[in-house]
Parts: sequence; C-alpha cells; structure tokens
Amino acid sequence: MKHILKIMALLVAVAGIWISLLETSVVPRSYTWLLPVYLVVSLGCYGLLMVGVGLMLFPTCPQEASLLQKVALVIMFISDQFCAQIPAFSG
Amino acid sequence: MIISKRKRTKKKYTIIIPTYNERLNIGLVIYLVFKYLQDIDFEVIIVDDGSPDGTQDIIKQLQNVYGDDRILLQARPKKLGLGTAYYHGLKHASGDFIIIMDADLSHHPKYLPSFIRKQMETGASIVTGTRYVRNGGVHGWNLMRKLTSRGANVLAQTLLWPGVSDLTGSFRLYERTAFEDVVSSCVSKGYVFQMEMIVRASRKGYHIEEVPITFVDRVYGSSKLGGSEIVEYLKGLFYLLFTT
Repeated sequence: MKHILKIMALLVAVAGIWISLLETSVVPRSYTWLLPVYLVVSLGCYGLLMVGVGLMLFPTCPQEASLLQKVALVIMFISDQFCAQIPAFSG
Repeated sequence: MIISKRKRTKKKYTIIIPTYNERLNIGLVIYLVFKYLQDIDFEVIIVDDGSPDGTQDIIKQLQNVYGDDRILLQARPKKLGLGTAYYHGLKHASGDFIIIMDADLSHHPKYLPSFIRKQMETGASIVTGTRYVRNGGVHGWNLMRKLTSRGANVLAQTLLWPGVSDLTGSFRLYERTAFEDVVSSCVSKGYVFQMEMIVRASRKGYHIEEVPITFVDRVYGSSKLGGSEIVEYLKGLFYLLFTT
C-alpha cells in the first residue's frame, strides 16, 4: 500500500475519534473543538524537540579528520620520495 | 567414485565509485580500499564523467599498479548523473554484492569490512552506513549544516517512516539482485536518488541493516550545500511521500 494512503488512514482515524468525542461530549465541547490545534502544536513541539536533542547529541569525530590528514601526508611523502628517485622527475 | 563438488562460498564484491574531478583523492581511496580488503575477493569500478582535471589518467596509472582486472574504468563523456553512473557500473560488475561509496574520502574505506561482516552476520540484503548513531559521526560541519541535516532528517522520519536513520548517505552495500531491482525503479537525481533507493528498498520489504560510519568533510576539493539543495531535498521528500 502506498505510504500516503497509510498516512491518510491515520488522519481519518484521528478525525473519527475527534468527531465521536464531539458527538458523545465525554470531554467538554470547548476543549474538543480545539483538539486538532493541540495535536498540530504537539507534533510541532515534538519535531523541534527531536531536532534540538539530535543537535546536542550530534556525534562528531575530530580524531578521524586528523587520522585522515596523517594518511594523506604519509602518501604524499612516499610519492615525493618515489619521484625524487626517478631521474626523469628529479633531474 | 563420487566426487563431491565444492560450491563457491567465497563471495565477490564490486565497489562502484562515481568520480568527477577527484584527481587528488582517488589514489588515496584506492590505496585504502586495497589496504582494508586484503582477504576479500573484490573489484573496483570507477565511473568517471569526463573529468577535465585528468582523473582518468590517474586511474589508468592505478590500473598499472593494481591490475586492470581489479580496477575497471568506465569513462563517460560528461556529467550524466549519479543514478545512471551506478547503473552503468552495474552493467560491468561481476560481484555478488555491490558497494557504493564516494571518491572524496568523506567515506573511509576502513569501514568496508564492517559492512561485509554485518551482511554475513545478519543475512541482510542491504547494509547502509549511518552517521547519526553512536560510533558514527561527522567532522567539519558547522552549526548551520548540522541544524539543516538534523531538521531534514526529522522531517523525513516523520513523513516517510523509512526504517533507517540516515537517508541521504551514499556508503552502502547491496546484494546484487536487490540493487538491480531497486535502481531500475529510481528516477531522482543527486542525493535524493540515495533517499529514493533506500525508501523504495524499505517499501519492497528488503532486510536492511545499519553500521555506524564517520563522515569527514572533504580532504581536498569543495563540498556543496546551499539553498537550491534544500529546495531539491524538499521536492524529493514530497515526491517520495506520494509515490512510494
């Protein structure tokens, strides 16, 4: 099933619960009317929280960069030495 | 007399590396690949899109050193896109598994054995590298880039439920059949292509595993992330939302 259909089904289910809450008045109507707004705001806050937490815990690896630089320097050194020994390059 | 036949159990790996102007990096990448895959049967297919900086000359010299049965050069006349580069490499691949990686040393070849080990342990069809878990990581990203990356990731997770933590990564191992199946159904370009690959694979029910990798921003050359990339990303995200 296409993913968008799953999301639509979820939204329809939420809408169904909202309408049934409105009809049965289990919760006072003034609150029920605002339920979609609460849901959207909660989702937004959750998203921002995830971004913030992810940003704080973003894994970094500065040691990898220095290792890579060392390998690059070693290779350059070896190739310079190799070229220096070939008369065509060093002459 | 019954002579028992030994099935070929040793798997072969094809590493496809698309290149464009990677003259400074490609030699180092190949050296490191050979260093870390010493007991593995593999070949490297470099798909070069007509680099004007002489990348192909370097590759030909590498073929002299390592053998042209281990390093294959598939030259193309100009930049024709990442997806078609992989497809082009696949046509000449003889491995049971396809590994894709970048040529700019942002992907370190030392993680190649961990991809292979993970696949053997779990029998997964796809093993994808992720920068966003412990033991993985990035270096060289400023706060803006991290924020953009994290925001993009949260948006993609919320909308697509992809089942993987790193959608845009391009350091992956695919079973050959899985790769052929998924790559033929992908139409996007650039890194959205990588997103489309993994989302389509997830939708098709392939067993996907993750390994942590580190991503060091380019040793040589320049990296790209601007406003147009963000727009492309959002367009790709909504395309995937409605078509997968």
